[in-house]
Amino acid sequence: MGIQVNPHGTTGVVGWIDDRFPLTKIWKDHISEYYAPKNFNFWYYFGSLATLVLVNQLLTGIFLAMHYKPSAAEAFASVEYIMRDVPFGDLIRYLHSTGASAFFIVVYLHMFRALLYGSYRKPRELIWIFGCLIYLVLCAEAFAGYVLPWGQMSYWGAQVIISLFGAIPVIGQDLVIWVQGDYVPSDATLNRLFSLHVVALPFVLVGLVVAHLMALHEVGSNNPDGIDIKKNKDENGVPLDGIAFHPYYTVKDIFGVAVFLAFFFAIVFFAPEMGGYFLEKPNFVEANPSVTPEHIAPVWYFTPYYAMLRAVPDKLGGVIVMFSAIGILFALPWLDRSNVRSIRYKGMLTKIALAVFAVTFVVLGWLGVEAPSETKTTMARIGTVLYFLFFLLMPIYSKIDSTKPEPSRVTS
Amino acid sequence: MSKHGLILTLVLGFTGAAHAAGGGALLHYETDISNKASVQRGAANFMNYCSGCHSLKYLRYGRMAEDNGITEGLLKENLMFTADKPGQPIVSAMPAEAAKNWFGQVPPDLSLTARARGADWIYSFLKTFYLDPSKPTGVNNKQLAGASMPHVLGQLEGYKVPVESHGEDDHGGHGGHGAPSGPKFEIVQAGLLSPAEYDRFVGDITNFLSYAAEPGKETMHSRGKWALLYIFLLIPLTYLIKREFWKDVH
Repeated sequence: MGIQVNPHGTTGVVGWIDDRFPLTKIWKDHISEYYAPKNFNFWYYFGSLATLVLVNQLLTGIFLAMHYKPSAAEAFASVEYIMRDVPFGDLIRYLHSTGASAFFIVVYLHMFRALLYGSYRKPRELIWIFGCLIYLVLCAEAFAGYVLPWGQMSYWGAQVIISLFGAIPVIGQDLVIWVQGDYVPSDATLNRLFSLHVVALPFVLVGLVVAHLMALHEVGSNNPDGIDIKKNKDENGVPLDGIAFHPYYTVKDIFGVAVFLAFFFAIVFFAPEMGGYFLEKPNFVEANPSVTPEHIAPVWYFTPYYAMLRAVPDKLGGVIVMFSAIGILFALPWLDRSNVRSIRYKGMLTKIALAVFAVTFVVLGWLGVEAPSETKTTMARIGTVLYFLFFLLMPIYSKIDSTKPEPSRVTS
Repeated sequence: MSKHGLILTLVLGFTGAAHAAGGGALLHYETDISNKASVQRGAANFMNYCSGCHSLKYLRYGRMAEDNGITEGLLKENLMFTADKPGQPIVSAMPAEAAKNWFGQVPPDLSLTARARGADWIYSFLKTFYLDPSKPTGVNNKQLAGASMPHVLGQLEGYKVPVESHGEDDHGGHGGHGAPSGPKFEIVQAGLLSPAEYDRFVGDITNFLSYAAEPGKETMHSRGKWALLYIFLLIPLTYLIKREFWKDVH
C-alpha cells in the first residue's frame, strides 16, 4: 500500500492531500508561481473584474431562483415579491440586474484590451476563441435572463429575438414555434428560458471560463508591449520581466475590485434603473401579449447589433449581418498580419482603424437605442460597413502599416 | 490614475444618459419619499379618492403604515376600507367584470405606475383633466387622451376647459416652475380647493405612488451610504497594500 510522496515536501493536512490530489501543484501553477508580466496597466483589471461579476451573478442568482416563479402567471408578481417581501431581496435583485450590465461593460473593455495589445495573436488564438464563446454564451444568458421578469420589454424583446429564427428559409416558422413551444411567447417559453438561464448556460459559461484561464496559463499572459517575456529567463526559469500572480497581482486586483465596487454600489444602491438603460421603464408593466409597446429597444449591451439588424432592409440579411458581426470576431487571430502585437508599435493605419472601430461600435450602440429615422438608418448602415471593414481590411492594413521595432524587454 | 477615472466616467456617462421623454412635455413634480407627512397625506388621498377603483396589489397595508410612521390604530380607522388585516395587499373592492362594463376596461393597478410611467406623468395626468362633452364621462385628459377615467377629483379641483396658450393666465397650470408649464386651462366651475391646494393634493398622491412603486428605496439609500463609506475606506487601504507589495518590483 505504498504511496508516491508528493514533490512539494508538504506535510500535515496539506501534505496528506498533496499525496493524493495536486492541491499545492494547482496553487503554484496558477497562483503563486504563475508569472505574469510586470507591466500590466489599467486595461488589465477587467479580467479579474469579469470573474468577480460572474461570481456575483452566480451567488445572487441562486438566491433569486429561490423566490422567483418561472410561470407566465406568477413571474412578474414573484419579482415584486422579491423586491418587497424577501429580506434583502431588492438588494439581491439589483446586484443581479446591475451585475448583468456591469458584466458587459467589463467584458467589452476586456475585449478592447485584447484589440489594443494583440492578445489574440499566436500563441493565444484559443484564449481569444474561448473568450468569444464566453461572450456569445453571455449574450444568450443575458437574453434569457432579461425575459424572466416577464415585463412588457421582456415579452416583446423575446418575441423580436425569437422571431429572428423565422427569417431562416423553409424551416424558419416551424423553428420559431419549436423554440417558443407555442405560437407566441408564452408560459412554455418562459419556463424553458428559465431552465437555460439557471442551469444550461451558466454551466457552459463556467466551463468556458475555466478553459479560457487554462489556455491563458498554458501560454502565459500578453502585456501592453506585446512581447514575449519567456524569452528572457533567470537561472531558475523565471521570466525576468515576470512577477508572481500572487501576491503582486492579487493585491493589485483587490485594489481594482475596490474601485470597481465604488462605481458598482453607487449604481446598485442609488440608480439601479440607470435612467432606464439597465432596467427599462416598460418592464415595470406586466407582459401583455395584446399590447405592443410603442418602442421596442433591447438593453443597451445588445444595441450595436440591433442597429445592424435594422440597418439591413431584408430580415434574413439583417439576421445574417448581426450574427456575422459576432462570428467575425472568431477570425481575428488570422486577420491580423502585423509583425508586432501591441498598438504601441503598430503604425498610424492600425491606430486609425481601431479608433474608428471603437467610435463606430459606440455610435451603433446609441443608434440601437433610438427610434429609427432616415438619417439614423443611413448612419447605422455606414456604421455597419465600417464595423466589418475593420476586420475585412485588417489583412491589408496590418500588413502594409509601418511598425516600430519592439523592445526586447518590457517597458513600464 | 486620472486616466483610469476619466475612462470610467466616460463609460458610465455614456450608459447613464437619460432617455428623452416621449409624448408631450410633462409637468414636473419633485418627489421626496422621505417627506413622511406628504406620503401620509398622499396615502389618505389615495385611499379616499382612488382606492375604490385602483388597487396597489403589490403593497401591503401594514408595510405602508410601518414605512411611513402610521400607527396600526390610525391605519385601521382611516385607511383600510376593504381589508381587515394589515398584512393584506391594497386591493380595490370593485369587481373586475363590473368595472369592465362601466369603464370599458379594468382600472389599472397603480403599484408600479411611478416606475413605468414616471412620477411626472402621474402628476401631469391628475392635473390635466378638462371638460369634453363628447366623452361619456364628460371629461378628457391632455396627458392620456381618451382616458376612460372620470374626473374623480373634479369636486376638489373644479372643472376646466383648455385655452389657447399665450397669455399670462395660468389657472390650473401651477407647478411647472421654470419647466414648461404644460397645457393652459381656465376654470369654469370652481372646486373645493384652490389651485395651489389642489397642486399639493395631487403632489402628495404622486409622492405616495412613488413610495408605493418602490417601498424599499429609502432603505436602499441608507444602506448604500454605508456600503459606499466602507468602499471609500477600503480603496486607500487596498492601494497602500498594493504599493507595499510592489516596492520590490523594479
